[in-house]
Amino acid sequence: MATPVTVYGPPLSTAVSRVLVCLLEKDVPFQLVPISMAKGEHKKPDYLKIQPFGQVPAFQDDEITLFESRAICRYIAEKNPSKGTMGLFGTNPLVKASIDQWLEAESQSFNPPSSILAFQLVFAPRMKLKQDEALIKQNEAKLVKVLDVYENRLGESRYLAGDEFTLADLSHLPNTQYLVEKANRAELFTSRKNVGRWWDEISSRPSWKKVVEMQNAPPQ
Amino acid sequence: MAIKVYGSMISTATLRVLLCLAEKDLDYELIFIDLATGEHKSPHMLSNNPFGQIPAFEDGDIKLIESRAIMQYIVRKYADKGTELMSSDPKKMAEQSVWMEVESQKFEPATTKLIWELCMKRFLFGKKGDDAVVAELLPALGRLLDVYEARLSESKYLGGDGFSLADLYHVPVIKFLTEAETKMKKLFHARPHVSAWVTDVLSRPACLKVFCKHAYCKGG
Repeated sequence: MATPVTVYGPPLSTAVSRVLVCLLEKDVPFQLVPISMAKGEHKKPDYLKIQPFGQVPAFQDDEITLFESRAICRYIAEKNPSKGTMGLFGTNPLVKASIDQWLEAESQSFNPPSSILAFQLVFAPRMKLKQDEALIKQNEAKLVKVLDVYENRLGESRYLAGDEFTLADLSHLPNTQYLVEKANRAELFTSRKNVGRWWDEISSRPSWKKVVEMQNAPPQ
Repeated sequence: MAIKVYGSMISTATLRVLLCLAEKDLDYELIFIDLATGEHKSPHMLSNNPFGQIPAFEDGDIKLIESRAIMQYIVRKYADKGTELMSSDPKKMAEQSVWMEVESQKFEPATTKLIWELCMKRFLFGKKGDDAVVAELLPALGRLLDVYEARLSESKYLGGDGFSLADLYHVPVIKFLTEAETKMKKLFHARPHVSAWVTDVLSRPACLKVFCKHAYCKGG
C-alpha cells in the first residue's frame, strides 16, 4: 500500500475541492492538512516553499510537490490511469484533445465569472465585505453567455467532452456548487434544460457528495 | 491534410498556436479573421468557435478551439517532430503542467487588460492606451514577476531545464508588452533571471519566424 498523498488546504476552497474530488474519483488515498487561511498559515515561509504564491492547494506525494489545482488533477489522472474512473483524462489522443478543449473553456471562460460571483455572493458576506453590485451584474452576464454555449454542447453530448464524465466536467463542480447551493443562482443552471440535466448528473456523483460532506463538516 | 488556423496576427491566442506549429516544423494555412470588423462573432465563425473567439483550428477532420488545448493536441499528435515541448516523463510533465497553469490562471489575467490598453487599442483603432489604467495594473504584474524571478533563478525555464509549453504560452504577450512601451520592457528586464529568460524565448528561431511576418507589432 502506497503512502497516502497529502493535500494542503481547507475543503471549502474551490481549488482544494477540485483536487479532492479528483482523488476520490481515482480512488487515491489522501490525507488533508487543513491550512488555516484565517490564521494566515498560507503566507508562512514553510508553506511558501511549496506554494510560492501563498495560495491553496498544494499537493505532495512520494515523488513530487505540486500546486495549481488543474495541474494537480491532470497529474493524478495521468499517474493512475487504471484506478477508479478510468476515462477521467481520456484513453486516446482524440478524446484527450476534447477534454483539454473543455478544460480550457472552464479555465478561461467559465472560471473567471463564476469565481467572482462565488466570491461576491458567498464569501464576501461571510467575511463581512461589501458586495460590488456592478461587478456581480457584469459577471452574471458573462456567465450567461458561457452557459448558453454549454447548453448547445450538452444537447449534442451527455458530458462536455463526450459520452463520459471527465476532468472537463469535474473542474466545474466547485464553483457551480456555491452558485447553485449557497448563492441563490441555481436558476442560471436549472433553467437550461441540458445544463440542468448535466448538473444533476455530475453533482450527484458519490465523489462530489463526499466532498460536499467534508465542506459541511464542522471545523475541527 | 493541411492544418488550418482561423485567426489574426494581432491575437495573442492565435500567435500562441502559430508559435507552437513553428516549433514543431509544421506547415499551416492561416485564414485571416478580422477582429476590427467583428468577424469572430459572425455566424460562420461561431460555427467554428461557439464562444466567438479566435483561434479555431482544423487538422483534417479534427476541429478544436482554445489555444492552449490546441497546442497540447499538436504536441501530442506530432510528438516526433521539432521541439519536444511536453516531456514524456510524468514528473517533468507535472512540473511543466504547473507552470502552464500559472500562465493560464495568473499571467493571463494579470496581462489581459494591459494588452488591451497598450496593444489592441492601437492595432484595432489606432488609439493610445489609458495611462492611468496601465499604471494601476503594473504593481500586480510586478509581484507576479517576482515569483517568476525566484523560479527562474532555480531552473533555466519555467517548466524545468528545457524549453516547454510552459514558456511558449507566455511568448506572444511578452513580445507585445515589451515592445509596446519602455516601462513595460523595464518591468521585465529589471529582474535578471526574468530578463535572461525573456531574451532567450524571444530569440528562438520559431519566434523570429512567426513574428517576422508581423512588422506592425512595432509602431502600429
